[in-house]
Amino acid sequence: MATTDLTALSAAQAVEAIGRGDLDPTELFEAYRQAATREDLNAYLWVAEDAPEPPAAGAPLAGVPLAVKDLFCTEGVPSQAGSKILEGYRPPYTASVVARLAAAGAPLLGKTNQDEFAMGSSNENSAFGPVLNPWDRTRVPGGSSGGSAAAVAAGCAPWALGTDTGGSIRQPAALCGIVGLKPTYGTVSRYGMVAFASSLDQAGPLTRDVTDAALLLRHMVGYDERDSTSVSFPPGEVVLPSAESLAGIRLGVPEELTGAGSEQGVGIEPGVLASFRATLELAEQLGATIETCHLPHAPHALSAYYVLAPAEASSNLARYDGVRYGLRVQDGGLLGMYTKTRSQGFGKEVKRRIMLGAYSLSSGYYDAYYGRAQRVRTKIAEDFRAAFERFDFVVTPTSPSVAFELGAKTGDPLSMYFNDYCTVPMSLAGIPAISIPNGLSEGLPTGFQLAGPAFSENRILDAAHALEQAIGFDARPGRTA
Amino acid sequence: MIDREQVLHVARLARLELTEEEVGQMSEELSNVLDHIEKIGELDLEGVPPTTHVIEVSNALRPDVVEPSLPRDVALASAPAVADGGFLVPSPQAE
Repeated sequence: MATTDLTALSAAQAVEAIGRGDLDPTELFEAYRQAATREDLNAYLWVAEDAPEPPAAGAPLAGVPLAVKDLFCTEGVPSQAGSKILEGYRPPYTASVVARLAAAGAPLLGKTNQDEFAMGSSNENSAFGPVLNPWDRTRVPGGSSGGSAAAVAAGCAPWALGTDTGGSIRQPAALCGIVGLKPTYGTVSRYGMVAFASSLDQAGPLTRDVTDAALLLRHMVGYDERDSTSVSFPPGEVVLPSAESLAGIRLGVPEELTGAGSEQGVGIEPGVLASFRATLELAEQLGATIETCHLPHAPHALSAYYVLAPAEASSNLARYDGVRYGLRVQDGGLLGMYTKTRSQGFGKEVKRRIMLGAYSLSSGYYDAYYGRAQRVRTKIAEDFRAAFERFDFVVTPTSPSVAFELGAKTGDPLSMYFNDYCTVPMSLAGIPAISIPNGLSEGLPTGFQLAGPAFSENRILDAAHALEQAIGFDARPGRTA
Repeated sequence: MIDREQVLHVARLARLELTEEEVGQMSEELSNVLDHIEKIGELDLEGVPPTTHVIEVSNALRPDVVEPSLPRDVALASAPAVADGGFLVPSPQAE
């Protein structure tokens, strides 16, 4: 097979081809290694130099290589979380989920660029430069898992790992025209993931189609005693989706997130809304019933999130002090070293969030901000529970806009934060949500988000699969118009 | 609204040193974000319990068994400075 034919296969197709003996995993790895080395999107920060030994016979992922977001620790391989403070850091151990996937036969192809410490929605906060969107190189790929999304969309990786704290898998997947799944909190081990906001951080797959997302997720989930928030994935394994109908499925469309001119004029772009509505019609044709539902507290999700996530971050990032690893800047005594190291090592957005978090946790403000935000979180989780009594899934556009131009929002943090308007509520509730490609608006991909109750991944994947078949999106940039 | 003094206070708490320009910017940007966030103050949350963790897990325990951990030399390999088998830092007393 020619190299382009090899990389045209989906990951699941490649696994099958290897199983049939039609494809050599070393050749496949080499084809992707070359594509990853040649890419000019700044999607990769590190690419493997050699193809690994072929996997053991019968390894379920058959040697299909995996791109991994920079913030997963990989032994002996740079793991920098997109930050200057970790520049060149090579951890002495590997994150559980990466080790689990390697054992299943998905070897490490490369480490992908990201917003520093996963803080951002455009990948412009990386200390190693922004990632370009393969659909239009003047635009952002979304973030924070922008490198993973761009690499998969551009065919420089069969699939990739990302992390999602408030939308960091789903939003870049939407902006790059691929599939991104945030699993139920706790189902994928966080051990070895550089922490941003520990009560929200969750690893998940970025893939070309829903089947690949299911296949990768199947080998990611599982209890890990090294993560005290880890839970077993019930009831058993992730099933590859096969549904082509949505008969009997009830979809709820939350007015608070999708209503025209919702909160603060956070409008969803007309083109994005049009493609969302078109897919609702498709869903109806597939047998689903569609009704408006209510998540009364969802308009406050973003506020609660921008208290809770920075508060957790300000605590988690206290460990970067120049003592044990990473950057050290000497300046007189110990306190001077801490302060200089952190001031020179962290980028602008990270400092902003540390400040925001330290402020809301500081004496006199704790109850007004952190305490209240935790209560809002309870109400948001209750809103979803109530909605799921009447509906199988809650659906929204993934991102309010298509990919925006580089630099368009860097001067206004608040407008950047509104990218997460439709994705943050699910994160606060800890529930699973998927973004699937939903056609184009102005020549750029849009995303359709389906969210379900905790541990409903198999049902979400099935419904997403049925929709994906009906939408018939071609995931390759520039091929559909 | 978060003023200059508060910015400097929080920066000290967070062990960050800000330039004069950064202090001004931070004051403006954080004030904008906090203005938005403050809307949660309008909600009636009387009697609502706080959520610290979304999935019910209580007492995540594992058997207390001694297992090998990172060898000392591996743990120290990434350190900026090392002495006598430990991490070397400047004196806490020095200015």
